[in-house]
Amino acid sequence: MEIDKLFIALFSLGGIAFTYWFFLMKPEEKAIEVKNNTIDVIVEGGYSPNVISIPKGKPTTINFFRKDPSSCLEEVVLGDFKIRKYLPLNQKVSITLTPQKIGEFDYTCGMNMFHGEIIVERS
Amino acid sequence: MTEIKESFPIKGTHCASCVRVTERALKKVPGVTEAVVNLATEKATVTYDSDSCTREQLADAVTKIGYRLELEEKGEELAQAEKQKELQLLRNKVILSLFLGGLILWGSFPGLMNTAPPLLHNFWLQLLLAIPVQFWAGSEFYKTAISAFKHRTSNMDTLVALGTTVAFVYSAFITIFPQAFMNLGVEIMPYFDVATIVIGLILLGRYFEAKAKAGTSGAIKKLIGLQAKTARVLRSSSVIPNKAQESQTTQSLKHHSGARSFHVGRDDKYVEIDIPIDQVEIGDILRVRPGEKIPVDGEIIEGESSVDESMISGESIPVDKTKGDKVIGATINKSGTFIYKAMKVGSDTLLAQIIKLVEQAQGSKAPIQRLADTVSSYFVPIVIMLAFATFGIWYIFGAEPVFLYAMLNTVAVLIIACPCAMGLATPTAIMVGTGKGAENGILIKDAESLETANKIDTVVFDKTGTLTKGKPEVTDVIRIKNHESSIKDEKGLLRFAASIEKGSEHSLAEAIVKKAEESKLVLSTVEGFNAIAGYGVKGIIGSKNVHFGNKRLMEREEIKIHKQVQDDIEKLENEGKTVMLLAVDKKLFGLIAVADTIKDTAKESVAVLKKKGIDVVMITGDNQRTANTIAIKVGIEKVFAEILPQEKEEIVKKLQGLESGIMIHDSRPHVVAFVGDGINDAPALATADIGIAIGTGTDVAIEAADITLINKDLRSVASVIELSQKTMRTIKLNLFWAFGYNIILIPVAMGLFYPFFHILLNPIFASVAMASSSISVVANSLLLKRVNLAKIKE
Repeated sequence: MEIDKLFIALFSLGGIAFTYWFFLMKPEEKAIEVKNNTIDVIVEGGYSPNVISIPKGKPTTINFFRKDPSSCLEEVVLGDFKIRKYLPLNQKVSITLTPQKIGEFDYTCGMNMFHGEIIVERS
Repeated sequence: MTEIKESFPIKGTHCASCVRVTERALKKVPGVTEAVVNLATEKATVTYDSDSCTREQLADAVTKIGYRLELEEKGEELAQAEKQKELQLLRNKVILSLFLGGLILWGSFPGLMNTAPPLLHNFWLQLLLAIPVQFWAGSEFYKTAISAFKHRTSNMDTLVALGTTVAFVYSAFITIFPQAFMNLGVEIMPYFDVATIVIGLILLGRYFEAKAKAGTSGAIKKLIGLQAKTARVLRSSSVIPNKAQESQTTQSLKHHSGARSFHVGRDDKYVEIDIPIDQVEIGDILRVRPGEKIPVDGEIIEGESSVDESMISGESIPVDKTKGDKVIGATINKSGTFIYKAMKVGSDTLLAQIIKLVEQAQGSKAPIQRLADTVSSYFVPIVIMLAFATFGIWYIFGAEPVFLYAMLNTVAVLIIACPCAMGLATPTAIMVGTGKGAENGILIKDAESLETANKIDTVVFDKTGTLTKGKPEVTDVIRIKNHESSIKDEKGLLRFAASIEKGSEHSLAEAIVKKAEESKLVLSTVEGFNAIAGYGVKGIIGSKNVHFGNKRLMEREEIKIHKQVQDDIEKLENEGKTVMLLAVDKKLFGLIAVADTIKDTAKESVAVLKKKGIDVVMITGDNQRTANTIAIKVGIEKVFAEILPQEKEEIVKKLQGLESGIMIHDSRPHVVAFVGDGINDAPALATADIGIAIGTGTDVAIEAADITLINKDLRSVASVIELSQKTMRTIKLNLFWAFGYNIILIPVAMGLFYPFFHILLNPIFASVAMASSSISVVANSLLLKRVNLAKIKE
């Protein structure tokens, strides 16, 4: 095999391996515990913090602040809590939850590409 | 001094320190006695003397410290304005990128370039034209892709950013270092047209998609728009010092609850004041004129009219209303003027509840979405891996010029992949479907209910209050003759029965008490009243033990029923009447027959359901004969009679096959919908696969029910099933299209068909396909708006 083809073959295989490792073997994030019943979540290329832990049975307010212009992130969907909210750019949108069930609940953008997680724990 | 407590939205506060600073600034305004800022709700609640300071002064004080106090709640309007601003910017980007991209395409596309001015053939000019498109119009792809990369995640923007960057960088290098590429034997041909047109077309797709998506949530906007903005409240004129203070200081008529006559005008007893809807309080007395919107829910205390409730119930015929009738906020008063008392305001009104329910349904996820959820979480990384593979395979095994083919096919793979269509396939259809239901007076609790309704094969109707009007009337009062008793005539019998039933909430009791009132009978005091669910009631009148209820109560109490009485009971029951027996001191004294009227839409509803191949079952606490008579009248063959309220749940379970001993005609488990009015049947509503509550019912019923028919139209049961079937068909078509599109076109873009058919996909066509795939999914969902639920009823 010619040297350029060998190089491209290695480049392609390396690219595939890197993509797999980088996106699909992401270590699990540590949950950020909500203090004072309120937490700010920045919406920019995903959700920061991505995993939050909230107590069962207590009202908790999540303030979403969307900085990302992508229309992908213009809605946040908390399907398990039956909430779909439009997030205007550069504005805070508050969602108050009083979870009644312990567990891990996924939330996503309107197109289901970006994911965050709410862990409901015993208060 | 006029002290007012008012809440204002506050903008810009992000922390506890902002809260303290804002509170301090507000408290410094002369006249403010209290100011509390809530960070979570972003609201400031201020108590102030309106003689000493104005709302504008409060706003100024907050503005001076760098935050914003809004004098008017914008909410939805603000979000809409922001959305409009974003759309405007997107439109500008589309126009610029397609214009500049078009010029580049004109100057570089084979065949077309011969007609272009020579200046456009210049690669440097093309680079210059491409820069604003790539880095301004396409900036949002970069912003999201980079932010996502930091989170080790990806989305469609990642693919577009990668694809267009490859095309742009390749073209820029060719323009800047042509000699180096010539030495490598690569043709000097930049592809700025690919980068720019792809960005322009994808942005155009997003623009149309945003427009179309706005249509999917149209039902909510329509419902919010129904809300009246102001209310005309009647206030006592004697306590209104001047017009400026009218809305805040006057004493409302609610303190004069005994008032019966109302006079309008400043010189009279009361004046009319227009106030914002959010200032209406429970107990306020309001006047509504013909053609006006009814502001909040309440009860008419004077006047009569006909009211158009179509916007809430979907029923097009106006409803006549008179004193004592309930009116619903946001409905339109057609003919007369009336005065009514506000009973529910703010978030408690029926309209607010409907909006909340529809919003919740639209925010929920349908089980069918799970597959798309799983696929889309792996989709983008897999496409990137396929793009790397495409590049390598084409470079190593592809046709000459290998580098060019490898690059263009890689770009095509990145551009054509469309995860958005998969993400939009289910929620857009659910949003349109639930909205369509709400427009027709059908409230669907969540997406799962809408999905399950599609599979219903058995509908169980509760009889009383559901198939019948639930307002029975006394038809026969029969005293048992030749009996030594203190009950001398039928009136005496009715008086005893009505006395003991006065404490009961059963609909039959209501009929008996009403009949006694019509006969102007004086009722006796009852001691030790006890309702025995499914049997009747008992109590003590004077010193006598009285039992009043069905035959089973008599059997339970071991009260003998003679043959003649048995015959009477049988005769009345054969006529579809419910017979109640009265026993005093364990001796039978007489019987009272009560009959209920079948609802106008019951027969039609059953016929439509049967036509759809659905088993229809009736369930009732009535005896078999009465039940059969009603069932025959409405066209139901399968009847469960003499069922105690708590047994309804068991029957539903048996039909579902969850318990042994399935009682229906076959042995297979069924998907069961239970239709009830919510009184006594909340457990059955909750147990059924789909619980359908008729009317606004009780709060318990709405909570237990999956679907509430606020239009009270039984034919809507068939509409629910039809709507569910149509929505599911749309979702399946959307998913088929979204998956099929990617499964077929990604291999085409990779060039897998090239060896056999010499088919390759130009990245520009890939972008057209990609943009149209999301739009087509949203557009297909919007087609659900055309479903005619009224026609289904026929």
